[in-house]
Amino acid sequence: MTAFILRRLVQSVLVMLVVALISFALFRFVGDPVASLMGQEATAADRDALRARLGLDQPFWMQFIDYIGRVLRGDFGISYRLQQPVAELILQRLPATLELALVSGIAAFVLGVALGVYTALNRRGWLSNAIMTVSLIGVSLPTFLIGVLLIWVFAVELQWLPSFGRGEVVQIGGWRTGFLTESGRVALILPAITLGLYQLTLIMRLVRAEMLEVLRTDYIKFARARGLSNRAIHFGHALKNTLVPVITITGLQLGSIIAFAIITETVFQWPGVGAFFINAVRFVDVPVMAAYLMLIALIFVVINLIVDLLYYVVDPRLRVDRGAARH
Amino acid sequence: MSDFTPEDRPNALRRAWDSDLAYSFRTSPVALVSGVVATLIILGAVLAPLIAPHNPFDPATLNLMDGFTPPMEPNAFTGNVYWLGTDNQGRDVFSTILYGARTSLFVGFAAVLFAMTLGITLGLIAGFRGGWLDGLLMRVADVQLTFPSILLALLIFGVARGFIPAAYREAMAIWVLIVAIGLSDWVQYARVVRGATMVEKNKEYVQAARVIGAHPVKILVRHILPNVMGPVLVIATIGLALAIIAEATLSFLGVGLPPTQPSLGTLIRIGQGFLFSGEWWILAFPSAALLALALSVNLLGDWLRDALNPRLR
Amino acid sequence: MSEPLLSVRDLVVEFPTRRGTLRALDRVSFDIAEGEVLGMVGESGAGKSITGSAIIGLIDRPGRIAGGEIRLRGERIDNIPEDRMRSIRGRRIGMVFQDPLTSLNPLYTVAEQLIETIRTHLGLSEREARERAVALLDQVGIPAARRRIDDYPHHFSGGMRQRVVIALALAAEPELVIADEPTTALDVSVQAQIIDVLRDICADRGAAVMLITHDMGVIAETADRVAVLYAGRVAEIGPVRDVIQAAEHPYTAGLMGSIPTLTQTAERLTQIPGAMPRLDAIPQGCAFNPRCPQVMPRCRTERPDLLARGQGRQVACWLHAREGVGDV
Repeated sequence: MTAFILRRLVQSVLVMLVVALISFALFRFVGDPVASLMGQEATAADRDALRARLGLDQPFWMQFIDYIGRVLRGDFGISYRLQQPVAELILQRLPATLELALVSGIAAFVLGVALGVYTALNRRGWLSNAIMTVSLIGVSLPTFLIGVLLIWVFAVELQWLPSFGRGEVVQIGGWRTGFLTESGRVALILPAITLGLYQLTLIMRLVRAEMLEVLRTDYIKFARARGLSNRAIHFGHALKNTLVPVITITGLQLGSIIAFAIITETVFQWPGVGAFFINAVRFVDVPVMAAYLMLIALIFVVINLIVDLLYYVVDPRLRVDRGAARH
Repeated sequence: MSDFTPEDRPNALRRAWDSDLAYSFRTSPVALVSGVVATLIILGAVLAPLIAPHNPFDPATLNLMDGFTPPMEPNAFTGNVYWLGTDNQGRDVFSTILYGARTSLFVGFAAVLFAMTLGITLGLIAGFRGGWLDGLLMRVADVQLTFPSILLALLIFGVARGFIPAAYREAMAIWVLIVAIGLSDWVQYARVVRGATMVEKNKEYVQAARVIGAHPVKILVRHILPNVMGPVLVIATIGLALAIIAEATLSFLGVGLPPTQPSLGTLIRIGQGFLFSGEWWILAFPSAALLALALSVNLLGDWLRDALNPRLR
Repeated sequence: MSEPLLSVRDLVVEFPTRRGTLRALDRVSFDIAEGEVLGMVGESGAGKSITGSAIIGLIDRPGRIAGGEIRLRGERIDNIPEDRMRSIRGRRIGMVFQDPLTSLNPLYTVAEQLIETIRTHLGLSEREARERAVALLDQVGIPAARRRIDDYPHHFSGGMRQRVVIALALAAEPELVIADEPTTALDVSVQAQIIDVLRDICADRGAAVMLITHDMGVIAETADRVAVLYAGRVAEIGPVRDVIQAAEHPYTAGLMGSIPTLTQTAERLTQIPGAMPRLDAIPQGCAFNPRCPQVMPRCRTERPDLLARGQGRQVACWLHAREGVGDV
């Protein structure tokens, strides 16, 4: 167990180092940091002074180590565009993205598993067929188009829901939450559907396929032959076995939710990290891009780690510490 | 002299019609409808300069008075009728869709071609050479696969923009976009080709070709490539749908093509702005075109996969 | 003779396919008496496993029972509602499957699976069920049962897992146990042990056993009576000793000839030429006629029914028709 965790941790740190290198190279070689930070009127002497102050006259590896040190202290530099510390800017916007991702992720998982199980158990029902057909279209629909169409129907035509922003937010410590106000919760609905729909169809199709596979296994047949109730067989035995592979893929999907949040946030003018990143790409705000790269990589690495551990908890066959096949 | 005269051979068209693939196509309603829709859009895009009633990019043909004409209704000032209406600048929406699809498809096909060339080349090298090079390439592929390709394309695009001087950014945008989308999607080709290469390279006929001293590149191209054309075609078709969606997404986000070179994604971005003022057609028709294109190509890919039934992961 | 525990009459099982309906079982009839061990033999595809699945009401889709009846103590069980059938499965008829490696759910401990089964059928508390589970594991010969019970299936070897499977099948004291090739997937070295465990534990409880196998040696050692299946039909039924020593159906005779004994050498094995027909190509008349060394014209046109031959023997063969005592 400990060896397993340790090995995964070392791998994760290696991945983060590689990403840090890329992000540093980006930071260092894209554009001229000195020119970006100083106005046109700066003298050559001023530039050299800044260059030395930023450590840009040092050898590459020294600068990289220096960079890692600063990153570990939470210093990602200054945004070219906004002239404020990048870490601060990102932290302000992180709660909006996390709340959106959390809500749509949970909704996608719960509904996806429920619909997947339903369509697997009622394979020939008309409702199952309808769900499967709609899901096929859902997979082909670009995320931004889903968002635009939802705005058209629910915000413009029906005028039921707001089309942009987070509504009223409440500041709790460093966290600005939209969960606590009516308008905040209402504002969350359309973006959450937009972000979660694709993942939902994906999870549903996966659960259905896995469940059908599991229902054909010998241990399910044996469970039936022992007269266990359908409930115990479907939701005890079959579902648990179905969820083992589903957890891995769903975990990785959580990463894409963060990525697709970029699109959703832009469509709904959601004040999160994704929309911030898009603006950084548009204005070539390199420190923000580099920091976002690190942030995304960190989220992916952490999710991967959690998925591995979860896998380990759910599947006893991986727990080798008790010794395999003792007689 | 060959005793094989051209008359003995069934004509190529006849042969294609009789093939299993063509039979499966003729008998699948989904494939037929998707095929017709995709063909119509592609034809419309290719022939846009001939078909389009107006050239939306020629200011001389535009009349601002024609702006915001609803579909199938005469314009209040000029009396002109447009099938799908006009946008704020008086551009015919139907024509902008044809030109937009032209751009979308160009980027899509070019990105797929780039990804395919890159993937096949790296896959052949990895499979044929093996060793550390293979290990390295496949590690990169694994890591890349866990990343959503749209995010990757976005990052590559952002980095590339950083390297390109501001003055050239607009002109280079389309090529940067093609490279970014292509780079985010080469892994599947490489995996399939690598797998096939590793299987084929140990077969006797390849060994025999090696023994008689055939050049490795020749062996790869002559003997191994034909074996993977089926799966590659499937990946490329689904890849085309993905590339079109990726391009539309980036352009919609405003980080893809500039407004002077609009694709379907750019048109939707523009149309979204008029949603609240009631000019729904500026948004609806480009959206429908994109949806029809992406869905039909996607369904064609699905059908092709089932029909060829290659081992795809 | 008293009423049989299980009685199968003219059972027909069909599988609709794109190319027409396949008959996997065609008018199969046999009885199992209380506490008896009935061996069921035949080649792969003869319909042995499907007979077991049909009795317990678990034929894989799209197969279905298309005719005949199955009675448990005189009560029909082939056409009863699913929830009533469920209370018979495990409680009155237990089943042991072929492969112990795949029969147990890998994500639940042995205790969880046993207790769940026991509590489904018997109104016991968690603790009582657990005590019972430990006792069962002990009886099927799992050493240190109380300690091992909370292990997961993958902690056990193949033979031990099959013991667990037997414990699970017997958890609610069924009157009949259907064992479908219970040793085929196991090491040769443990096959005999598993058969012994199965036979002894069923004998202790007075449970009857339907032992499905293609191994005549196992039947000879374990069963009281044997039924021989060929192409979805019963060829012959009778007491094991009689059938082995004096097979009446030419197919059985060929099958018996293929049990190697110590006194026989390999060259002397009787062989049946040809192979069992596929289900979509069963010949008219007796299904065995193309391979039968004693085939007669009648065999090619008319199907022989099972004929009672006295001393509990039945055979479906025209060779014995003239002297036949009459239809069953």
